[in-house]
Amino acid sequence: MDSGERDVSEVVLKGSTVTATEAASRSAVLKRLRVTDKIFHGLTRTAALLVLALLSGVILSLVYGAAPALGTFGFGFLFDESWNPVTERFGALAPIYGTLITSAIAMLIAVPVGLLIAFFLTELCPPVLRRPIGIAIELLAGIPSIIYGIWGLFVFAPFMQQYVQPFFIDTFANVPLLSTLFAGPPYGIGMFTAGLILAIMVLPFVTSISRDVFDAVPPVLKEAAYGVGCTTWEVFRYVVLPFTRVGVIGGFMLGLGRALGETMAVTFVIGNAHHVSASLFAPGTTISASIANEFTEAVGDLYTSSLIALGLILFFITFVVLAIARYMLMRLQMRAG
Amino acid sequence: MADLSIASANSPLYAGRRRRNAIAKGLALAATIFGLGWLVLILGILVYKGIGGLSLSVFTEMTPPPGAAGGLLNAIAGSLIMTILAVLIGTPIGILAGTYLAEYGRHEKLSSVVRFINDILLSAPSIVIGLFIYEIMVAPMGHFSGWAGAVALAVIVIPVVVRTTEDMLTLVPDTLREAAASIGLPRAHMIVRIAYRAAQAGIVTGILLAVARISGETAPLLFTALNNQFWSMNMNAPMPSLPVVIFQFALSPYEEWQKLAWTGALLITVTVLALSIVARSLTSARKSS
Repeated sequence: MDSGERDVSEVVLKGSTVTATEAASRSAVLKRLRVTDKIFHGLTRTAALLVLALLSGVILSLVYGAAPALGTFGFGFLFDESWNPVTERFGALAPIYGTLITSAIAMLIAVPVGLLIAFFLTELCPPVLRRPIGIAIELLAGIPSIIYGIWGLFVFAPFMQQYVQPFFIDTFANVPLLSTLFAGPPYGIGMFTAGLILAIMVLPFVTSISRDVFDAVPPVLKEAAYGVGCTTWEVFRYVVLPFTRVGVIGGFMLGLGRALGETMAVTFVIGNAHHVSASLFAPGTTISASIANEFTEAVGDLYTSSLIALGLILFFITFVVLAIARYMLMRLQMRAG
Repeated sequence: MADLSIASANSPLYAGRRRRNAIAKGLALAATIFGLGWLVLILGILVYKGIGGLSLSVFTEMTPPPGAAGGLLNAIAGSLIMTILAVLIGTPIGILAGTYLAEYGRHEKLSSVVRFINDILLSAPSIVIGLFIYEIMVAPMGHFSGWAGAVALAVIVIPVVVRTTEDMLTLVPDTLREAAASIGLPRAHMIVRIAYRAAQAGIVTGILLAVARISGETAPLLFTALNNQFWSMNMNAPMPSLPVVIFQFALSPYEEWQKLAWTGALLITVTVLALSIVARSLTSARKSS
């Protein structure tokens, strides 16, 4: 590489004042450069194609692995609640239900809170504090999910069991719909606790993307609104939010994608019970938690294959959600650029 | 004129708008405190629970059998080896693919497809990556292995590095590229000598962020590298890793194991946070200079 480096600059800089022998060596060097350029181009292109191959590989291997289970149970796999390794009868209803419910709880909490934090960071926060608070929120996103899991199991779940869940059960005991949603006994672990921990995990994603898109609003628009006498909240509600709607929804979808696929944090606190229960306090399971808990212990091809089929379903759901998210964020970028 | 403004300032409509504004501001402040509160709470409890078990033996002794005292040496070593291998495998591929997106194929159709797919991979559930590697490596080979774990982590590294490399290379001004082209430097040499140098700090940041991401990953290791109670440097055998040991120990009924799990959790968190802070300071130093 070193000698090549000298060659290039010598050849390149000498230009046309060269003798015949120099010209010959010059063309040889130039040829070598062309060849290395071609090779490098080819290498980068191969690497780019490898990214495509990775995704196709993921899909193909999941379809291949899931084929026995899907062939045995057919479409009924999606709507069957039973999960019995002994009789080898498996259905995905309980994990799908748990995944959707925990993610819904997470989004219900993370979206409004995340939007409000982004509102605070972009419109209200003193400039000195903006960066440190932003970084702190993003650090929350960097904490590995297993930390949320161990924390959830030893600290958060006992707290829920002792204080929060009994309170909810007592308060809503006589309210028609809510009494079913918050029906006892307070285990501590369960879908509600898992949803809350997911909310904490998703919060930084929603916040940082919302903040970024809010920052992209042209100041002129906001100044015009302030000029006609709008309050800070009105500027946010009627100017910033409508302008950034597409990007904000894209951010939600990205957060939702993370909540749907999150494994370790949920596995610790979900309770791993293959049941569909109306009560949010009941233990349940999610797709990722089932795979994490049972995969290495799964005996028999059909059991393993059913778990891979669960993985395929999860991948399909998150793929759709993430594709929508990227599409919306791309649309916003195109409008801005 | 003055009377008019006082009158409108005290009108019920205006008072209502001001009240709504004050409520919204208050809620925003509360939400921010709520968000930061979790960070403080999680880190606080982690330090409180983890620091007690922190001693030299954590770094010098193997993971113990149930009910005995011990350390995390083999898990730490396994994690280090698999992380380094994953970075060695994933980084070159990621940088090359990112280079293609930003330099050769910036306006090609293939690039927009790759970009889109890469973004999907970036946020794909990591447990699915584990299943993928299980299918293509563990099942054909017939046993769990450190290699499978390293490859699974590499698959997570690639999209992160692709993304940051592309972003950082597009930030390099085109005039630099044109200057190099004008003295006859072929593209590959321009990229390696000029574009890479200009984007160096950003690309290193991307790699650090990728390391931060995989050093806490548990799900893709569960059924690729599995776990190992003993000291094992054999890449073809199951290999222990810190996150998987934490998972196993935290869910066990033994007090010693749970204590080690907290200590391990503290170690991982400190590593990850330190990495992301270093990564951040690298890019911000570059911006301000």
